[in-house]
Amino acid sequence: MDIDSEKLHWIYKKLFTIRSFEERIKKIALEKSVPGYLHTCIGSEAICVGVMSALEADDWISSTYRNHGHSIAKNCELKEITSEIYGRSTGICKGRGGSMHISDFDKGMLGSFGIVAAGPPVVLGAALQEKINGGTKMSATFFGDGAIHNGAFHEAAGLAKLWDVPMLFVCENNGYAEATATDWHLNTKELKDIAKAYDMISYQGDGNNVFEVRQITRDAIIESKAKNTPIFLEFKNYRFSGQYEGDTQLYQPLEEIEEAKKNDPIKKSIEMAAQYNLSLDEVKNIQSEALKEVNDAFDFAETQPWPNPEDALEEVYVNYPRELLL
Amino acid sequence: MRKLSIKDAINEALVESFQNDKNVILMGEDIAGGKGREEYPGTQDSWGGPFGVTQGLLTKFGPERVRDTTITEAGFFGAAVGAAMTGLRPIVELMYVDFLGVCFDQLMNQAAKMRYMFGGKQRVPMVVRTVVGAGFRAGSEHSQALYSLYVHIPGLKVVAPYDAYDAKGLLLSAIQDDDPVIFMEHKRLYMKECDVPENMDPIPLGKGRIRRPGKDITIIAIQRMNLFAEEAAENMAQEGIDCEIIDPRTYSPLDEELIFESVRKTGKVIVVDESNPKCSLASEITSLIAEKCFDDLKAAVIKITAPHTPVPFSPPMEDFYIPSTEKITQAIKKLYHG
Repeated sequence: MDIDSEKLHWIYKKLFTIRSFEERIKKIALEKSVPGYLHTCIGSEAICVGVMSALEADDWISSTYRNHGHSIAKNCELKEITSEIYGRSTGICKGRGGSMHISDFDKGMLGSFGIVAAGPPVVLGAALQEKINGGTKMSATFFGDGAIHNGAFHEAAGLAKLWDVPMLFVCENNGYAEATATDWHLNTKELKDIAKAYDMISYQGDGNNVFEVRQITRDAIIESKAKNTPIFLEFKNYRFSGQYEGDTQLYQPLEEIEEAKKNDPIKKSIEMAAQYNLSLDEVKNIQSEALKEVNDAFDFAETQPWPNPEDALEEVYVNYPRELLL
Repeated sequence: MRKLSIKDAINEALVESFQNDKNVILMGEDIAGGKGREEYPGTQDSWGGPFGVTQGLLTKFGPERVRDTTITEAGFFGAAVGAAMTGLRPIVELMYVDFLGVCFDQLMNQAAKMRYMFGGKQRVPMVVRTVVGAGFRAGSEHSQALYSLYVHIPGLKVVAPYDAYDAKGLLLSAIQDDDPVIFMEHKRLYMKECDVPENMDPIPLGKGRIRRPGKDITIIAIQRMNLFAEEAAENMAQEGIDCEIIDPRTYSPLDEELIFESVRKTGKVIVVDESNPKCSLASEITSLIAEKCFDDLKAAVIKITAPHTPVPFSPPMEDFYIPSTEKITQAIKKLYHG
């Protein structure tokens, strides 16, 4: 596969950064030293990084409440992400969003939404804008297997196909919709077959293999643009995290978790490094670089100032009399 | 008498309602949890919803009546409307009230209007249980208290208990009621305990409650705001100011007479509501008082609400957003001393 050493380094760095970041957050969640809900993405690293490595840096995406991996892979500033989770004023959303809404518009993120399936229609809109204005940016919406029953997903899929809009519907099939197993809630044998109802092209891949995710996404982008059509991608992986931090995960059988560990995307990436002429030493160096960056980000966030209480009144509208907000 | 948390009181009301009426069913996202992993012991009923309120119901009443759904609020809310019209008494759980947008049509246009627009032949005896409220650092899409969006719709009844006694009694009534009832549970109150008798009668909808009798100032407090109103009233009692706290409990139908009686007595009113101020319960109650008790008022009504902003995530901003004991205390002083 054509992949230069800079990109290769980027891929490994992002994989390790996401994993280290989420492991640190899990620890902090136990200590209860950050406010609010945390939804970590341990097990999704290869999908986040594989897809983002195939997209251009300024392409459009949407994410969900499980967004840390997408945000990191989309090159959001790690310090700002961390500061946001801590609720500090230098956070990526100025402390107004929190962990569930990490998002930087300047990096091509349209938003990280707390409502399941809120993203697909919004990304359709961005893709439509590109089409109307003759733009070249690709648009991709990330959602979980739990979102595929929701009306908003179906309405967006139908419109995207009808309007011949190039975009990617990226489904992370991680085995669970909240506390419900995917194999119970699916109506089709394969999740990707849901796209058939809209005569939409769909592909399926191993969500634990970052290089496979990258290749499928790259091919899909070329095909989607060439044919002016949306494409549905299903990547299978396993949600090692609970629905949220603090979830007892009693519904995830231990045998199943142990089995899934064999295909851990980070483990798999390390095993595959040699195929890309990356030595184990180089891998370890990248791993330490990532860990250092994560540590720096947490050190940064912990010392950042809190927002002023009255900052709650900022940026509700573009233009509105401030005195009418109180 | 035994003490019960709101969480346990709701669970108990659900269990009793299931036992008393075979037509009662429950639907919602992970109201049991573990669906699809039935072959593994210990996986079933491991959630009971995100706050564990419905835990145990699946085990007691089985998967036919306790149904985990996919993430499809419009779908299972609509199903509840049809099931209600044709003989069941469905209870549906809207995991967070913020998700209302996804299924509002089925409530606003179908459940609420059918009886009226189809000539009065239908009844829609369904209950929507949902979680509201700020103060959980849960951000803009998991923290709202959208009371007035429901109260605005003719055909819907709206209930919001502040303690476990009211939670049990009002939920029993809501389930027996023949109209669609929205039952709003505050996430910051679930663990709050009070005395609840083993056997209690349903509490009729539409009846408010005087939580603290007083003669100087009337405080009308919406759900969790009763907590801060009580604290402020307690503080001010030490300064010789005697506040009366009214908890309407049901917002539609509203116990207007209970409010007016108090206003006629005190002539000074504070309304405390944690939701956004425009077209809110606070503005509705204030306007009713202005219309019906104008001559009894000795001062302008003081409204204490959240600002006209989404709920911010960061603690200092969220604390600013939520009405506080301090703000109520200041208002009491202002009204009392003029």
